[in-house]
Amino acid sequence: MNCIYTPSSKLLTLEITEEIDHHTAEKIRRRADYEIQRHMPRKTIFDFNSVTFMDSAGIGMIIGRYKMAANFGGTLEIVNVKPSIKRILEMSGIFKLVEIKENIVNEKFV
Amino acid sequence: MKNLYENEMRLEFLSKSNNEAFARITVAAFASQLDPTIEQLADIKTAVSEAVTNCIIHAYEEKEGIIKIVCKLFADSIVIEISDTGRGIENIEEAKKPLYTSKPNLERSGMGFTIMESFMDEMNVESVLGLGTKVTMKKIITKE
Ligand SMILES: Nc1ncnc2c1ncn2[C@@H]1O[C@H](COP(=O)(O)OP(=O)(O)O)[C@@H](O)[C@H]1O
Ligand SMILES: [Mg+2]
Repeated sequence: MNCIYTPSSKLLTLEITEEIDHHTAEKIRRRADYEIQRHMPRKTIFDFNSVTFMDSAGIGMIIGRYKMAANFGGTLEIVNVKPSIKRILEMSGIFKLVEIKENIVNEKFV
Repeated sequence: MKNLYENEMRLEFLSKSNNEAFARITVAAFASQLDPTIEQLADIKTAVSEAVTNCIIHAYEEKEGIIKIVCKLFADSIVIEISDTGRGIENIEEAKKPLYTSKPNLERSGMGFTIMESFMDEMNVESVLGLGTKVTMKKIITKE
């Protein structure tokens, strides 16, 4: 996972670079919680551009990070989700909590 | 006379979470003999990942056990059986309901069976308390 924090805008971007299942979710959870607690961002963005697989473990992981971000007064957004993963997010009703945006280019990563 | 099924594969492995990726990739590699679309392969991978994860978390509760997968290829479909000899499910109807999870503390979403049901064409769950669980799923892969 790549992390970028921009203090001026209080924006934390977490680029997930692996498949998300029950095995990897634990590691992603620990790192994301650490970064959110450390920076207390106004907005946390999960960049899913390089996520090629996600099962329901990802739903629990995202809802948990939504709660963690909200604890520190911030919001959570997910960007660049592949269609197969979007279907899973849609089924879970996660859209009510988390904003999902498309085609966001993160200059910092390119 | 033509065989009932055209090919078969069996897999047994320990209930370790790092085998979740191994299991879904192996089943997908076997399924590709039927020339599925990329979407169909993604559906199969997701469903296998859900069933295998359930064996690890719920059946064996992170203790070591054996997970078995049997895949059969038919002319127009793949049938995948995923079984464990773990704790079993007391109420299958309740377990299959969307959002039902017996482990909310572990950040489970309760969407596993719902995803298996909607990503595959058929899903059946058999379970005996104390003896184990078998999930059978079918995906139709028709050739144009
Ligand atoms: N192989 C299994 N052995 C025992 N219990 C299971 C098994 N698979 C599923 N279950 C039960 O069914 C419930 C629902 O499963 P699922 O829809 O995958 O949601 P989740 O895994 O998020 O809890 C689980 O919480 C568990 O109680
Ligand atoms: Mg599950």
